[in-house]
Amino acid sequence: MLAFFLRRVLIALPTIILISVFVFALQKLLPGDPLTVLAGEERDPEVLEFLREKYRLNDPIIVQYFTWAGNAVQGDLGISLRTNQPVTELMAQKLPVTIQLAVMSMLFALLIGIPAGILSAVKKGTVTDYVANIVALSGLSIPNFWLGIMLILLVSVKWQLLPASGYVPPGEDLWQSIRTMLMPAFVLGTALAATLMRHTRSAMLGVLSADYVRTARAKGLPERTVVLKHSFRNALTPIVTLTALLFGELVAGAVLTEQIFTIPGFGKLVVDAVFNRDYAVVQGIVLVTAVGFIVMNLIADMLYFVLNPRLRGA
Amino acid sequence: MIDLTTDPVLTAKPESRVWKKFRSHRSALLGGILVAFFVLIAIAAPVLPIPDPFATDWGAVRQAPSWAHWMGTDEIGRDVMSRMIWGAQASLLAGVVSVGIAVAFGVPLGLVAGYFGGWTDAVISRCTEALLAAPFLILAIALAAFLGPSLTNAMIAIGISATPIFIRLTRGQVISVKSEDYVDSARAIGLPTRQILSRYILPNVLPPILVQATLTIATAIIAEASLSFLGLGQQPPEPSWGSMLNTAKNFLNQAPWMALWPGISIFLVVLGFNLLGDGLRDALDPREH
Repeated sequence: MLAFFLRRVLIALPTIILISVFVFALQKLLPGDPLTVLAGEERDPEVLEFLREKYRLNDPIIVQYFTWAGNAVQGDLGISLRTNQPVTELMAQKLPVTIQLAVMSMLFALLIGIPAGILSAVKKGTVTDYVANIVALSGLSIPNFWLGIMLILLVSVKWQLLPASGYVPPGEDLWQSIRTMLMPAFVLGTALAATLMRHTRSAMLGVLSADYVRTARAKGLPERTVVLKHSFRNALTPIVTLTALLFGELVAGAVLTEQIFTIPGFGKLVVDAVFNRDYAVVQGIVLVTAVGFIVMNLIADMLYFVLNPRLRGA
Repeated sequence: MIDLTTDPVLTAKPESRVWKKFRSHRSALLGGILVAFFVLIAIAAPVLPIPDPFATDWGAVRQAPSWAHWMGTDEIGRDVMSRMIWGAQASLLAGVVSVGIAVAFGVPLGLVAGYFGGWTDAVISRCTEALLAAPFLILAIALAAFLGPSLTNAMIAIGISATPIFIRLTRGQVISVKSEDYVDSARAIGLPTRQILSRYILPNVLPPILVQATLTIATAIIAEASLSFLGLGQQPPEPSWGSMLNTAKNFLNQAPWMALWPGISIFLVVLGFNLLGDGLRDALDPREH
């Protein structure tokens, strides 16, 4: 088992190195000098030169890459050109906010997506299945930032039930924190629920026609037990893997959701950084999310391994 | 006894069988109609009897839908319906062009990686994985940011972000096709690799690519709307659904209709491409008769 994990980690390494090259190249290949923003209106050549030295932009590109990558490995992703804070520190500040959003969204997604998927697989071809599929496809087609705007309009502006924006740390006021995050999490969660429902459905359909399910039925077990114990547990493996892989969608969705509900998280950070041409922050975020995705992949592999006893002997 | 020679499914020509299955899917047909509708209004925008999408009217600012302005007016008195119709151009263009870019780069790279294997494959595949690791929208945002905000750059950014999907799909398909007998015989009669790839392999891997392309257009349209919403796509005053929503969110209280129509348009056109893609997948899948 350990060998399996080590091999996985070794395979992931070249990918991570390549990502770092891409992320680094991003700023080198494309036009626009970040320093002209910093140097102010006059763009004094002496000031520019000083800044170039300070941010080591005069070194050869290869040296710049290794300096950057070497620092990145030690957790130093550079300094935000805008706020003069270390990028890692900035990200560490925003991360808990986005994690709270992500966890709550995932809860919504799991609570809606999995039961809906099971139901539509069990009732395949019926009206229930048809409706569930239409709802899921609609969930995939609705731009989630629009859904957010519409919810604000209804829930906050018209009915005044929930706050339209902002963020309250859970440590400060847990109830208020959950209330503020409820709508954003719902918006982000529904999009994921749609994907999850479709995958749960197809995984369940594959399992429901298996021999052992027929045997379970033949033994006269109640349908509930057949579906939940005998079928769902076997369909769970691909679902767990997929859930880990939804990480990318989650982060990308968070960008827009945080923008609409003005939540000071990771997504807001990247958008603000983009408009400020704060390259170090943009690079840092792309790098960290990509590496995060690979780590989630590894976790998915491990869960797959743990959940699937057949692999354990191998 | 069943007479197989008269079975309409078995005796039909392959194309018409695909067409029949496709038509029998009411949802796919609905998708086709939705897509056709938006393509039509996008093309017909210049000749439709609608107000100029740029014409401001300070006497008619943020007016609710009426006979004069069916979908109301925006914050500087422009006709929302007109801007919505013209906005269809930007959205569809972005969807088709960015997927075009992704297919144009992704499919050849996938063909080469899948067919030659070895080092070529290793290099292409590792790069693909690295690109796939960055979330689609984050990558598109970063690229659009570095390239500078414009519709063209948004299309390039989305195109590049979608390319690895097509590399991976094509590569997988090629690997499963290249050991087929007809490819072996093409190689045996000494056809050059170029011809084997273009004449024997490409046509056989095309159907899943077509399905993926249709579904990716849906994703790309949402991505363009998202970028424009963030201010990284189509720049105002040029009409686009994403930037219309961006403005609309500041006037939710006074003019909710400004937010309603662009969102519905994005939803319908994306739903259209999704339904179409799902229908195509069912119709082109030879396993499911």
